[in-house]
Amino acid sequence: MIKEHKVTCIVCPAGCEIIARVRKNSIIEIRGNRCKKGVDYARNEVIEPRRVLTTTVRLENGHFLPVKTAKPIPRELIFKAIKELKEVRVKVPVKMGEVVHQNVAGSNVDVVSTRSWRK
Amino acid sequence: MRVRELVIIGGGPAGLSAAVEAKKLGVEDVLIIDRESEPGGILKQCIHTGFGLHVFKEELTGPEYAERFIAEAQERGIEIMLDTMVIELTDDRRILAVNSRDGLVELKARAVILAMGCRERTRGAINIPGFRPSGIFTAGTAQYFINIEGYMPGKEVVILGSGDVGLIMARHLTLEGAKVKCVAEIMPYSNGLTRNIVQCLQDFNIPLLLNHTVVNIHGKKRVEGVTIAEVDLNRKPRMETARYVSCDTLLLSVGLIPENELSRMAKVQIDEVTGGPVVDQSMQTTIEGIFACGNVLHVHDVVDLVTIEARVAARGAADFLKQKKKRIRPATVPVIPGEGLRYVLPQRIDLDGALEETQNFFMRSVKPMDRGRLLIQSDRGVVMSKNLKFIRPSEMISIKVKREILQQNNCLKISLCEGSENGD
Repeated sequence: MIKEHKVTCIVCPAGCEIIARVRKNSIIEIRGNRCKKGVDYARNEVIEPRRVLTTTVRLENGHFLPVKTAKPIPRELIFKAIKELKEVRVKVPVKMGEVVHQNVAGSNVDVVSTRSWRK
Repeated sequence: MRVRELVIIGGGPAGLSAAVEAKKLGVEDVLIIDRESEPGGILKQCIHTGFGLHVFKEELTGPEYAERFIAEAQERGIEIMLDTMVIELTDDRRILAVNSRDGLVELKARAVILAMGCRERTRGAINIPGFRPSGIFTAGTAQYFINIEGYMPGKEVVILGSGDVGLIMARHLTLEGAKVKCVAEIMPYSNGLTRNIVQCLQDFNIPLLLNHTVVNIHGKKRVEGVTIAEVDLNRKPRMETARYVSCDTLLLSVGLIPENELSRMAKVQIDEVTGGPVVDQSMQTTIEGIFACGNVLHVHDVVDLVTIEARVAARGAADFLKQKKKRIRPATVPVIPGEGLRYVLPQRIDLDGALEETQNFFMRSVKPMDRGRLLIQSDRGVVMSKNLKFIRPSEMISIKVKREILQQNNCLKISLCEGSENGD
């Protein structure tokens, strides 16, 4: 069975509407893109869209610490990751870039702090 | 009264970038005054990514972008006076500020950079009828509650306005467990970046209702719902299309206004379209020694451009401080927006001031165009033209103009017409 995916490319402001046709998890056609970058973007979007997740976790001092996944994680894991991070408590002081949670939602990606907090 | 060399009002991205650059250029005494207890401005609560692609060539979150500048400011020994509100600025650059440690602080600055940023338009600015229950927030306030205070503003949300803050909040509220019912946009196009429409709305199947607005708010103590309706070509609601959407929260992302109370006090001339000061190529306002950059000058879509603009203002201030004698009224070339453009910045060129080989101009179109032709005209006719693609009011247009063009004409008008010459 052939499935058609419509993808809006976000590589540049042109915002091409790309159609990707997929059969059994392999792409058989990509059209609508005005440049090569669109091909890669559409391929990733169709096979496994990934996003950097940003949220906040609790600090032990009662404040909230902004964090992000160190790399994009599969989009389908985002809600699981959020739920897991709700339980995380981070000790102060913490430095920007420090890992505050490992392998979030089984993605093999760590979650890092995006700011420093002294006390 | 203490005399300081350079005082920067506001410690957000514009103020921090300007301070670091001024120090690099040899200004020894740089003071930032900020009303909050930490520097960084709005970046502190913008925890999403998308910052720094131009300046750092990598994608950072807001707090990371801020921290890089805060760290550099500290390394360079820039003084940041926190929890301090500037309440008065005069045209001879006297500054009156207050805080709870020192009470009244009076300073005289040899140069001032305005970097106060902007604030959000509220319900009052757009006149939505209905009761005044709790549950109506500007998008930025909701962002502050969630990311800084850790409170959720509501469970079922309608967002009015599809500017970037509204789009970012649609995603963020969804991630944090709320149901975003729709984003209504009165215009036929979104005012947000395409990438945000994809990543924030399409990723989560949040409907974007173009040509729609909120015409009534229901609920006495707490918002219970809103009535939304389609608008006609004149953006007047067509009441026959009105429908009720239940929700407990309405977020407004309906525009930003540069915060220029202090600038007005100092008699700085304000451009009615940008809502910010009229500046020349060094970001100097119409008052000598007072410069402006960032969202206080005009609302930016990307923080990187704020940093770049702040560096220009810092250079302007540094040059001004080195200047030996006072200058007589400078000769200026006005640069005005013509058809197709909402505004052009800088609004004037000071011919006696420093002029680079090419000068950057920033402008916004009045409507989206797939192709457009930008024309620069003087009394001698068209002096420069350029074809542009994918023009969006939400994305600032930047062009470089040769120094000679600025020197050879007494007035320039920049306009944008739809389509392009030669069909290319």
